[in-house]
Amino acid sequence: MSGFLVFEDVAKHYGPIKAVDGCSLEVARGEFYSLLGPSGCGKTTLLRMVAGFEQPDRGRILLDGKDLSDLPPNRRKVNTIFQNYALFPHLTVYENIAFGLRVARRPAAEVRAEVDRMLALIQMEDQAHKRPDQISGGQKQRVAIARALINKPQVLLLDEPLAALDLKLRQRMLIELDLIHDEVGITFLYVTHDQGEAMSLSDHIAVMNAGKIEQIGTPTEIYEAPRTSFVAAFIGDTNFFEGTVRETLDGDYVRLAVEGLPDLVCFNDKRIPPGGRVYLSVRPEKLRITREPPTPDPRRNAIETTVEDVVYLGSHTRYWARIGEYRLAVQQQHSRYLLDEKPIVWKERAWVSWHADDGFMLEQYRESDEALMSLPPAEDAGEAAAKPEKRVW
Amino acid sequence: MTAPSFVWLTVFFALPTLLIFAIALKPADPLGGIGEGWTLDTLRTLSNPNYPAIVARTLRLSAATTALCLLLATPAGYHIARASARWRQILLLLMIVPFWTSFLIRVFAWKVLLHPEGPVKRLLLALGLASPDSLLLYNEGAVLLVMVYTYLPFAILPIYAAAEKFDFRLLEAARDLGARGFYAFIHVFLPGIRRALWTAVLMVFIPALGSYVIPDLLGGPTSEMIGNKIAQRAFADRNLPHASALSALLTLGVLAPMIWVLFLQRRRDRRPAAAEAAP
Repeated sequence: MSGFLVFEDVAKHYGPIKAVDGCSLEVARGEFYSLLGPSGCGKTTLLRMVAGFEQPDRGRILLDGKDLSDLPPNRRKVNTIFQNYALFPHLTVYENIAFGLRVARRPAAEVRAEVDRMLALIQMEDQAHKRPDQISGGQKQRVAIARALINKPQVLLLDEPLAALDLKLRQRMLIELDLIHDEVGITFLYVTHDQGEAMSLSDHIAVMNAGKIEQIGTPTEIYEAPRTSFVAAFIGDTNFFEGTVRETLDGDYVRLAVEGLPDLVCFNDKRIPPGGRVYLSVRPEKLRITREPPTPDPRRNAIETTVEDVVYLGSHTRYWARIGEYRLAVQQQHSRYLLDEKPIVWKERAWVSWHADDGFMLEQYRESDEALMSLPPAEDAGEAAAKPEKRVW
Repeated sequence: MTAPSFVWLTVFFALPTLLIFAIALKPADPLGGIGEGWTLDTLRTLSNPNYPAIVARTLRLSAATTALCLLLATPAGYHIARASARWRQILLLLMIVPFWTSFLIRVFAWKVLLHPEGPVKRLLLALGLASPDSLLLYNEGAVLLVMVYTYLPFAILPIYAAAEKFDFRLLEAARDLGARGFYAFIHVFLPGIRRALWTAVLMVFIPALGSYVIPDLLGGPTSEMIGNKIAQRAFADRNLPHASALSALLTLGVLAPMIWVLFLQRRRDRRPAAAEAAP
């Protein structure tokens, strides 16, 4: 990975608040890179430092090998798509797109040709003379993209560009953004709190929390191999188990002693020795729920549980199954086979099972991260809050 | 327009204005009252050879006051709107505080300040910026200075109000697209608050046209404005029709630019966007 846009130990404080607390990352030329995290995690501050609207207190940002620190925003070869688009209300679509070229005093003929090319790219030739308040949200979005791209930036910065759109439009713009990225080949730095957007668009994702980078990786790495409980819980849902290595099994597996559960088998990629403490994350869709006990398999975990909640969601069903202090989230896809069966219902006894390879050991665990996951239906959430318990589902 | 404001405007604005127009067409009474019948004689007296110079001076001073007020009020309004909430309150308060003192007293205060023995003159002398025999008072410069001082808040307030609602992210967007700060200010901020700029123009220019106390107290015989002439005709000459004719002239002079601005604004709002085809 060649570092085209490089952050070196960048930090920014607002009084006592550490907005960005020592972030280092490298974005390769031409890639779609996402900064993903909850609001207030510092991702927008990081983006604004690239744009030049904020200055880092520490560290530096390099673009194509050159330090950006002393350049004002207007002299940086980066352009931003703002969350609210920030289109100039007194200018037409055409004039908005032409703004960058007119600032640069480019010849009128060139401006016209370039703006026409951009209007064609965003398919808005017939809307050129409308004002921003006369076009729809999706169109504003596209004008903002055209206005930024016409300056041929080295990096396009996108600050939650889809947040203001409704779901349907968001899905369509997602595809359009992807197409535009493929077409122009410019490096995209994309800030979002929506894991779905980040997953579907990005080559790489940096997951941020409280000013720090929790993990950098491809969408698959982030989802399948989360390093911390924050990443596991923020991106999708998961089940956490806390245990101690009882013994090493043949090959790369270990047997874990977990309080209140039968021993669990899991893949030991972290080479934890016996006696070591382990936090395990297992994604809900990796779990199978069946009425009958599954066929015994030394590489499979099977736990008998009581079903507490069943939520039918069309393409899949979500179950919450309890065993002792643990409430397990299970997500089961539907197939003909399952639909023909008598469905598992509330209060039934059922077996939850998963393969040892589907559990992933975390390097770092914080109990507070469990609050990030989707809650079971309200009545149980209330019950859980009233009765303090170790909320590991 | 709602009925109460219509009644209010009719009683307190339209009727008095019409009354002034009517009195201008009446003959003067030697006792200082209004005579019987109708006449155009008063209007003919407006051709007094002294008047064109006074009207020109009035327009010139008012226009200069308006221009200077806008020049000062636009950056002031911008910076007040961008200041922290605490500073914003302090700055607005500082702007309002002088209003707690009578306008007349403030004008007299300027007279003290600009007095040949006053602090401003002494400071300028000490800095070598003025010669000992120069006069800071009783000239057009003094009138202009105090008019700008007096009307500045009326320009700052509407501009501040608009700037406070202005989306400053637009300036960031302009900077992001390569514009220097000043370019963004001129091409994005000013168009964004253009209605307030027009309001400020009206708020300064119109009262400035009617100025009477400031030129009376700080101006010399060569810096008379039309307001002084009206006062002179009404109080010294006791010729109400003549004063009314001058007032009518002033009123028309005020209404004309106001109607013109309203017309411009309306045309701007109604003009279909397609008519502003960019290329």
